[in-house]
Amino acid sequence: MNELIGTIDWSRAQFALTAMYHWLFVPLTIGLALIVAIMETIYVRTGQKAWKGITKFWMTLFGINFACGIATGLILEFQFGTNWSNYSWFVGDIFGAPLAIEGLFAFFLEATFVAVMFFGWNKVGKRFHLTATWLTAIGVTLSAFWILVANAWMQNPVGMEFDPTQMRNVMTDFWAVAFNSVAINKFFHAVFSGWTLAGVFVCGISCWMLWRRRNIEAARRSIKTGAWVGLAGLLLTMYTGHGSAVEVARVQPMKLAAMEGLYDGHVNEELILFGIYNSEIETNPQAEPIKAKIAFPGGLSFLANGKTGTFVPGINDLIEGREITPAGDTINTISYRERMSRGAAAQQALRDYDQCVACGDTAGMEIARKEIAANYQYFGYGFLNTPEEAIPPVGLTFYSFHIMVALGMFLLLFFLVALYAVYRRPAFFDKKIVLFIGLLSIPAVWICSQAGWIVAEVGRQPWIVQDKMTTGSGISDIGSGAVQTTFWIFAILFTLLLVAEISIMLRQISRRSKKDIQNDND
Amino acid sequence: MTESIMELHLLQQYWWLLISILGAALVFLLFVQGGQSLLFGTSGAESRRLMVNSLGRKWEFTYTTLVVFGGAFFAAFPLFYSTSFGGAYWLWMLILLSFVVQAVSYEFRSKPGNIYTYRTYDALLMLNGLVGCVLLGVAVGTMFFGSDFTVNKTDLVATGATTVPVISQWGAGHGLEAIADWRCLLLGLTVFFLARAQGALYFINNIDDARGFGISNRIRVLLNGCIFAVLFIGFVAVLLTSSGARQTADGSFIRESNIYLHNLIEMWWCIPVLAVGALAVLYGIFKSAFSTRWRYGIWFSGVGTVMVVMVLFWLAGYNATAFYPSNAEISSSLSITNSSSTEFTLTVMSYASLVIPVVLFYIIYVWRKMNKEPLTPAELDADSHSY
Repeated sequence: MNELIGTIDWSRAQFALTAMYHWLFVPLTIGLALIVAIMETIYVRTGQKAWKGITKFWMTLFGINFACGIATGLILEFQFGTNWSNYSWFVGDIFGAPLAIEGLFAFFLEATFVAVMFFGWNKVGKRFHLTATWLTAIGVTLSAFWILVANAWMQNPVGMEFDPTQMRNVMTDFWAVAFNSVAINKFFHAVFSGWTLAGVFVCGISCWMLWRRRNIEAARRSIKTGAWVGLAGLLLTMYTGHGSAVEVARVQPMKLAAMEGLYDGHVNEELILFGIYNSEIETNPQAEPIKAKIAFPGGLSFLANGKTGTFVPGINDLIEGREITPAGDTINTISYRERMSRGAAAQQALRDYDQCVACGDTAGMEIARKEIAANYQYFGYGFLNTPEEAIPPVGLTFYSFHIMVALGMFLLLFFLVALYAVYRRPAFFDKKIVLFIGLLSIPAVWICSQAGWIVAEVGRQPWIVQDKMTTGSGISDIGSGAVQTTFWIFAILFTLLLVAEISIMLRQISRRSKKDIQNDND
Repeated sequence: MTESIMELHLLQQYWWLLISILGAALVFLLFVQGGQSLLFGTSGAESRRLMVNSLGRKWEFTYTTLVVFGGAFFAAFPLFYSTSFGGAYWLWMLILLSFVVQAVSYEFRSKPGNIYTYRTYDALLMLNGLVGCVLLGVAVGTMFFGSDFTVNKTDLVATGATTVPVISQWGAGHGLEAIADWRCLLLGLTVFFLARAQGALYFINNIDDARGFGISNRIRVLLNGCIFAVLFIGFVAVLLTSSGARQTADGSFIRESNIYLHNLIEMWWCIPVLAVGALAVLYGIFKSAFSTRWRYGIWFSGVGTVMVVMVLFWLAGYNATAFYPSNAEISSSLSITNSSSTEFTLTVMSYASLVIPVVLFYIIYVWRKMNKEPLTPAELDADSHSY
């Protein structure tokens, strides 16, 4: 049993490690592809050679980052099979389709046209090259769409039913899977956050060039493009973030409670703007969950339900199956212990069904099938030993959510100031403190992006498929030592790659910015 | 009901055909890996630079095809994806690691600030060239010669301390035993030498011969082509005399001697495809080796490779054959009927597959446009993005 727990923990750690490394590179690829395409469009439309030089400068950085994104992505796709073999069978009929479609529709588009983008300047015409750049950007975005469709389905499994004969979930409605409301919000939220990240990256690097008094005109032009894309991306990220929160409240209320460190919910629930999570609450129910908090009254009710004065359940409410009406009356709904009981009944019925199939007992099969159908909604709860196992790591989810929101607010200010300065107060960029803040915003946006991913993935634990399968029950039959070994191999390898990428990027920025970027049209 | 079963059966056949096309395309595109392995033994920085840059404009096709190959298996035959990837853990991890290091090596190799020096990246490219080809061949070899696994879907909800709650369970080797199986290794080495010969053919096609670079490549084509031909004949002999698992009408499996020979005879149309494919490969190799100017051997060899590999996949999966035989428990073997997705999912995916001709069209169009002129050192000097 200890071996099994080790395998689960290390498999989980390995997936988290590879996903987080992958997510370091992907948002920059998504956003920078768009920025480069916009810059090249300006070049083609205006004929100004300066824009070609600027495009090529950022395209070089795009290429370096793109390679690392591809390298880390390969492991992620195959890891569903290598480390989560139960999962791959249990939902493969549904989950495999978006991955295959991603390959067909997006990866080949990227692979074909990225070569034209990098090497085709002197081999194809201007317009064909521009088309290739846009097709690469579209390919990158399409790729994000299909992988997020797959991810969103894990968080809100729709368009499927369970077939006990095959012992797996089967797809019944492809469009429900592809246009799952969680997927749509998640896709736009992730893609727009990529625009934001790339916008900050371009502005930050341009601030460094201004600091070193290199390529001042190119840097200002880059700030204009980067800040507009970044601002648009951030505003849309905020809008879709609200949509995501509404979806989370609807399909993953436990995640929402963890995001806010909310143990006992109220009508007109407040939204915490700042606070310190008190981990004592996990062992002492009387403790105050959030200390030193600054909160906005009714904010969480509005965020979750679109209006204040509504009830938002906390962790204890969800476990006990408790809701409170606006009038203050308590309504008892299904508790987690009851869900566990129903999940266990569904699993037992599945075992019975299998035995009935083996001995040809059709009447028994029918009874078992009905029992499974009646309780399948809570199938995954049958894997839990206690209701508390359904609570995600609250502290990590809480801090990640609040760091993400706080940095998002900072970035909004950052883009507004950058745009104001670049159009109205160019002298603003002579102040080193401004340029330093611009540079410092680069790590800030990455922390913001990673924090968002942690909220999404840690907050949904212990589910690999919401309510249907726990992460621990999705594993492969491999020893924990084997997974531990590959975990460290990936940790070391990806760290070495990251170090190399940063080193090459810094050298490229330094070396190329010494030349006249706007006339570097080789 | 009967009509529905027929339809599912047709969809399973269709998806195995697509898997065979993807697998065949992947083996052809391994010319990139073969070319990388030829960096070993190539002296002269200029030659290496030309080789790396020639391959560096195509490596993503191989990489993408590998990903789509895996994705198509996941979507169409998820029980294979779940069983093979989860069980042959070390085999797949080694393959993936070799491709991970390839992905960055081209881009980072010659960039200033690449703290590990270009020699490290060239070594990683060579490693991917060797490991990627051989182990992919080994992995495909297990589709004929089997692996040590059992499948019991009820284990998903197993109770009791003695049962591991995982549906696919494996022997202790977790894929390493496949590397030690000489028959799988024979296929791996066959793929490796084919890829090397095709890598050299691609250099002949794509790199300007002004410096006599083509002569050394024609020698490489001959040498690797001859080794490939011997290994391939050996593999075919082993394959046609091997036993495998045949699925009976009730869905169970029986072991059958010479199953692939029987399949070849029963699916007689495979014989001309195999023969024409093999001849095309040999024509491409030997005409290139003995000609001083002919540059098109890669296309004959490439088309031939696709035809031969498709036939191998057909022998593995069609005619009620288990394409993943279990050596531990024959009833756990996987065929296209017991490992596939449902009719609904296969239908959806079949509609998605209609985009394949469009994908092929733009790949061919861009390939022709980008490869119109052979690669020269002057072009690399003028290109700020060269590797």
